Amino acid sequence: MRWSMTKKGKSRMSNPVTAINGAQFAGMATVKDAGLQGMITLRGDLGSKPLMAAVKAATGADVPDRGRISRVADGAVAWMSPDELMLLVPYEVAQIKTAELAQALKGEHALAANVSDARAFFSVSGHGAREVLAKIAPVDFSCENFAAGDFRRSRTAQVAAAFWLEEDDSFRLVWFRSVGAYMFGLLSAAAHPKSQVGVY
Amino acid sequence: MLILECPYCGVKAEETELSAGGEAHLTRFGPGSDDDQFHDYLFMRENPKGVHFERWRHANGCGKWFHAARCTTSLEVFGTYAAQTTEPPQEIKDKITAKRPGWSWREFSDASE
Repeated sequence: MRWSMTKKGKSRMSNPVTAINGAQFAGMATVKDAGLQGMITLRGDLGSKPLMAAVKAATGADVPDRGRISRVADGAVAWMSPDELMLLVPYEVAQIKTAELAQALKGEHALAANVSDARAFFSVSGHGAREVLAKIAPVDFSCENFAAGDFRRSRTAQVAAAFWLEEDDSFRLVWFRSVGAYMFGLLSAAAHPKSQVGVY
Repeated sequence: MLILECPYCGVKAEETELSAGGEAHLTRFGPGSDDDQFHDYLFMRENPKGVHFERWRHANGCGKWFHAARCTTSLEVFGTYAAQTTEPPQEIKDKITAKRPGWSWREFSDASE
């Protein structure tokens, strides 16, 4: 197709697609593309009042404790490091929320960046979910150690990952988009119905 | 398998989640130093059998640097502490003294000796 402008002179909107475009695999757990998700990286002093207020205004959720994610109906805030948060907002509003954050934090030592399109976002659910992840990450996924609302950055096989557990006992996982296809293949193999170990 | 607790995340991170950053508490000798000082700063490293201090980074995690005190023979970890210090905190030194009386490493040692 020729590169062209529309009649009104505006460039065409791109059609956003996820890294694995809706793929899913059902085995001892269900691995699913979790769709487009707005994600904003926010760095700054997590204890500062203006930052806490800006986070609340952008997502409706509070700054979480260390190693946790705080969630509301259509948003969440996850603890990434002592000076970094990941804000989850609806995909459509990520751009505008990032601008609002930057405005609200003017003069503060803080930085907000919209990273929605840099990420791949999956869900892993079903009774085998803990075991599937335990095969690929050096993390204790037992019920006592990893409960709903717990958030962890680690590695899965060869790539960096972030994940948390929802109230319904399903995991949400975030990777760099470039490794999305690799992760889907890896998770599908780990969730193969005949590969049950039976630890959890 | 080496397991170090990241002092920032509170996560008990297994070795593959971390990256090793070499010896801890080096004093940098740069412009203005003489050749011997610069040589020692660049090349001379401890290789102890026993108590050792190292830098580590929680690479597949919060991404922060931290320090670890451990034993190279038993892989016992005495403790981890923040990167923003030029010497091991007293609490860590006390823990090492309790388990390895008479220890010494570069300019640090068992204070009760």
